[in-house]
Amino acid sequence: MTISADHTAPRTTTPGQEAHEDALAEAVKKFGITVEDYMLPARHQIQMVAPDGTLKPKDEQGTEPGHEYPVPGDEELLAAYEQLVVGRRVNDQNSALVRQGRMAVYPSSHGQEACQVAAALCLSDGDWMFPTYRDAVAVMARGVDPVQVMTIFRGDWHGGYDPLKHKVGIQCTPLTTQLLHAVGVAHAAKLRGEDTVVLAMCGDGATSEGDFHEALNFAAVFHLPVIFFVQNNKYAISVPLAHQSVAPSLAHKAVGYGMAGERVDGNDVVALLAVLDRAVKLAREGSGPLLVEAHTYRMQAHTNADDDTRYRESAEVAEWRAKDPVTRMRTYLTGRGLLDDDGEARIRDHAETVAAQLREGLSEDVPVDPQDLFRFVFDRQTPQLKEQSAMLADELARDAAASTEEAGK
Amino acid sequence: MSPTITTSSEAHGNVSAATARAAASAAATAEAAGPQPVTLAKALNTALVDAMSADPTVLVFGEDVGTLGGVFRITDGLTATFGEQRCFDTPLAESGIVGMAVGMAINGMRPVIEMQFDAFAYPAFEQIISHVAKMHNRTRGAVKLPLVIRVPYGGGIGGVEHHCDSSESYYAHTAGLKVYTPATVADGYRMLREAIDSDDPVVFMEPKKLYWSKDVLDLASLRASYEESTTPGLGTEGRAAVARPGTDATLIAYGPSVPTALAAAEAAALEGRSLEVIDVRTIVPFDDDTVCESVRKTGRAVVIAEAHGFASVSSEIVARVQERCFHHLAAPIRRVTGFDVPYPAPKLEKYYLPGVDRILDAVDDLQWED
Repeated sequence: MTISADHTAPRTTTPGQEAHEDALAEAVKKFGITVEDYMLPARHQIQMVAPDGTLKPKDEQGTEPGHEYPVPGDEELLAAYEQLVVGRRVNDQNSALVRQGRMAVYPSSHGQEACQVAAALCLSDGDWMFPTYRDAVAVMARGVDPVQVMTIFRGDWHGGYDPLKHKVGIQCTPLTTQLLHAVGVAHAAKLRGEDTVVLAMCGDGATSEGDFHEALNFAAVFHLPVIFFVQNNKYAISVPLAHQSVAPSLAHKAVGYGMAGERVDGNDVVALLAVLDRAVKLAREGSGPLLVEAHTYRMQAHTNADDDTRYRESAEVAEWRAKDPVTRMRTYLTGRGLLDDDGEARIRDHAETVAAQLREGLSEDVPVDPQDLFRFVFDRQTPQLKEQSAMLADELARDAAASTEEAGK
Repeated sequence: MSPTITTSSEAHGNVSAATARAAASAAATAEAAGPQPVTLAKALNTALVDAMSADPTVLVFGEDVGTLGGVFRITDGLTATFGEQRCFDTPLAESGIVGMAVGMAINGMRPVIEMQFDAFAYPAFEQIISHVAKMHNRTRGAVKLPLVIRVPYGGGIGGVEHHCDSSESYYAHTAGLKVYTPATVADGYRMLREAIDSDDPVVFMEPKKLYWSKDVLDLASLRASYEESTTPGLGTEGRAAVARPGTDATLIAYGPSVPTALAAAEAAALEGRSLEVIDVRTIVPFDDDTVCESVRKTGRAVVIAEAHGFASVSSEIVARVQERCFHHLAAPIRRVTGFDVPYPAPKLEKYYLPGVDRILDAVDDLQWED
């Protein structure tokens, strides 16, 4: 796979850009809308299943000309529901392990499981995902071993899985910085002529960071297949959205870069899959980057170390409890006859298996090798690190000898 | 074979006039057979051409590197030769450039990116420190980042504020980065190719005042000797060079300070003092052996660098050398560095920079009265 050396005169459009402009021009012509109408989010968020679990009439789902999303198939919806149940169990099991003192911290996505699951299920095998520190459930839904995903909170290393093997970035702690990595991965894939799509995840607070701006601009200028998936859970630790941005919505930010944005009910996995599936398809076909803003809520505190009673009302939290993504989907699928007691039982067992894996994996005392401090700093180690490695080895050997001596007395 | 020092009119003139002259000079120095005068800019440009020819995953990008060929013309002709997909301009966003390079390196490319001037790299600092430097370690070696960040650095060009900084200490201090800094034309070629071929991320600090310094050499044979070398460990990484042999004291320098140290050694020779000059070449990894062998031989040392002295690379060199050579020292190790003040305006530059006189004063201070 070589990069094409073909080039035209500087500043002409690439074939991908031409395809994008054709699709844009076509949509504009077909629907009689302006380019801005196409790029700006629809007037209302896309919502297909109401909080009470009933399917909304087609003309009340928020769709508009140029903003149309087919409802996903039953198989995909059932798979999503299973991952929702597993994801909720994962969140609750991890929080329990923190309370038991087996894990120092866990930033839970409790309440945001629909976003987590849709982010994973909309991608194909060759695609990439770039998660934040709160997206453990999404990474597990993508197929990474649950204990490997939790390694960064277990305390023995800063990463637990091979990003290249799973096509998932390590969960990123500094906000938004991984969006640029997502852009680079997409750019490299595009240069090789691959049809990879990259999903870059971030929160509402992260949209204030400079790298958010730079990543969206680069993705748009280079016309790259990146979906910027913004989970707007209304808080950045204690800072509410209103203090973060006064844009009409976060999806409105997209038009400034020349890309389209859409708002979705982030607790409605049906709508999320509808929008994200379509976004991924469009990106794969060469229409460039897209921004999807999911409206959801961070049901628990930032982490166990945070006291959210200091900055929000319990009434607000209660209001969102009624919009729970898991119960909503259960009601919807049961109502459609797609989910019965046997199905529920099987899914519950699956969830319990994962919970048990987490309990086991995070309770064991993982031995650490101090020489690992030096092993992975460089591909080609420096003499200075060899020296420091030898120094530590000597120190530990003397400690061991001293304690053996003590024990012998 | 010491490189030609810039004329004082170039040193004090404005940057754009000097780069226009450099471009003309580079264009005139077409690659002919046999040894020719070659500028550092041309050597770096040739290294990029050769690296991009040898490996289709080598990409070049940054601000103004495409059509313009870079404000210092180091990337001149690359877009015309290799196309816009391999050498291209980015929007004006340093963090974006480095972050995107990280992603491209994750996904199989070898990006060689340019920061336009070293002070303009600072918006990318987070990406460099938190990701470029840490990714290999974070992933237990699963993810390598074979990228090169080219940074024109140093002063002596009479530039406007922010155009003459020396930021190498920040990168040298950051675990996980290699830091290379060539001082000669030949090393410019060799070291850039080595940086590109390295699977570790390299911050490649280019002494901008030396871009139009010339040396007489045969680029074709330099290319051949680089490409045909099959012996590992004989590259420049971790191997300082004895730029000038001597017996009485050791001058340790890197980058733009190397020609200044050589000029000081030349002047000292006229006064009967033989100074050995060591060109550090790679700050990380540092060559303790070559530097200490020299200091043990001479018993006296002066470290020279443009950067502010406090908490700098020169501080590290002094610490390492005195740890290893203490009983061989006839005098404390001296440093001649920039003062701990923001890099000054052009008319004050000459008071700030380490010059031959200040170096010779430091040498005189090495307690010779025994």
